[in-house]
Amino acid sequence: MTGTDTAPTIETVFRIEAARIIAGVTRVVRDIGIAEELAQDALVAALEQWPRSGVPDKPGAWLMATAKHRAIDLVRRKETYARKLAEVGRTLEDVPPPPEPGDPEDIDDDLLRLIFTSCHPVLSTQARIALTLRLLGGLTTEEIARAYLSSEPTVAQRIVRAKRTLAKAGVPFEVPYGEDRGARLSSVLEVIYLIFNEGYSATSGENLVRPVLCEDALRLARVLQGLMPDEPEVHGLAALLEFQGSRLPTRTGPDGELVLLADQDRSKWDRLLIRRGMAALRRAGVGEYSLQAAIAACHARANRYADTDWTMIASLYERLMALTPSPVVELNRAVAVAMAYGPQAGLEIVDALAELGSLSDYHLLPSVRGDLLERLGRTAEARAEFERAAALTGNARERDLLLARAERIRKLPLPPMFVLSPLPNRFRRRRFEVQPRC
Amino acid sequence: MPRFLSIAYHDENNRPTAPPSPELQQKMGELFEEITKAGVVLDMAELTPTSQATRGSLVDGKVQYTDGPFTEAKEVVGGYTVIQAKDKAEALEWMKRFLEVQGQYDGTTVEVREILEG
Repeated sequence: MTGTDTAPTIETVFRIEAARIIAGVTRVVRDIGIAEELAQDALVAALEQWPRSGVPDKPGAWLMATAKHRAIDLVRRKETYARKLAEVGRTLEDVPPPPEPGDPEDIDDDLLRLIFTSCHPVLSTQARIALTLRLLGGLTTEEIARAYLSSEPTVAQRIVRAKRTLAKAGVPFEVPYGEDRGARLSSVLEVIYLIFNEGYSATSGENLVRPVLCEDALRLARVLQGLMPDEPEVHGLAALLEFQGSRLPTRTGPDGELVLLADQDRSKWDRLLIRRGMAALRRAGVGEYSLQAAIAACHARANRYADTDWTMIASLYERLMALTPSPVVELNRAVAVAMAYGPQAGLEIVDALAELGSLSDYHLLPSVRGDLLERLGRTAEARAEFERAAALTGNARERDLLLARAERIRKLPLPPMFVLSPLPNRFRRRRFEVQPRC
Repeated sequence: MPRFLSIAYHDENNRPTAPPSPELQQKMGELFEEITKAGVVLDMAELTPTSQATRGSLVDGKVQYTDGPFTEAKEVVGGYTVIQAKDKAEALEWMKRFLEVQGQYDGTTVEVREILEG
């Protein structure tokens, strides 16, 4: 292909290859900021040359080679400079090591190194997320700012600072092995999980979900699955996100309102993603993401809400609690226990949690408590809990739903007979979906 | 992110009978690895030949069945891929890479169609 129509092709190829190019170049220059600039330089070179020479057979390889050549030049210039400095009796601390010979086998390792570097614990969570979305998700700072309802300069600043922090801390460009590996991998998984979660239930703003963030997180999880096929927790995370992603289209109603798990139209759950989730789950392990995925699989397996295996879910939450004790997991367990063994059993767990006080400003605690109280017929207390929950949430959609529930109780108090008799089925239908955020 | 269905057509009457050469197998393996690691493929499959297929058609309100092979068709669907990409240009770039490997079977055609969402 020659002529002016090459520009879109170049940009498409670059978008596909950018992360790998940045990764490959970082191994040479040991600085992801410089690597990103050199990758951009290669793009500019392609935009100049390809319209005349035609798109090369392997455009990705061309871009990579061009960026790496520039990187090697840069390193050589620095070395020369360093030698001259040394000759005049000075030392330069930051002389980069000589470039290793390029081996195509290393490309994927480079990509992994880039993921591990972007998610390095030396960075704040926000910085890790921004850097990962920028370098691996290929999002512009503007797109990241929009997704996180932040300003573009703020995000740009955050990314610049993150790169500087990595350089200053001398973070090696490597995939850690041995003792360090588990902790570092969990930082990587956490970043992907948090990106997905922000898309799945936005912590603030008018929109309940931001599917773009979910899709970016899912893609990152799938990439990681391809790069680290022997890590069970990677498959666990991927499985979890596939399951959650399969429900995304049914989580909001026509006016953007939240639709609870019980009320979702299951015929619209994405069967392809569920199938992918099940496949990933078969390769998953017994860690926190794998257990969460197993819970999500229970929901995915139930063709109707009434078919949900709550006993299994309650026991999975118990295992999750033993593995990663957290009040949020315990709150989720309370919901599952209530479903499996009745609202009173659930309420006892919630009350114990409330006494601990650690979730005192978390809106889902009063929200779940309100639900259980309503089912026990303690309507006045339930209403107060829903109102309290509404005051605590930062998401407008969730607030609307909670206020609507409080209002509904005000209008339709349950007849006292329900206090003592088992709840009829129609009252069993109102349930909460709780998204674990541990 | 939109999804795309890539439908691969080939001429069933002129399929190579020999198994793919080691080089081709290696190239196919590399491509498969590449698309897996890029995280874009949601689903992919090769279909059995039309000799094992059955068509149903509604004639005068009744379902009539025709067993394969459908030799009258010049091109039949040989396989499909569901990918998720930022836009059609990206989907076409992946199609191109696929064809560069599969194109060694001359006459392979791939059609990329966006899947209607919602």
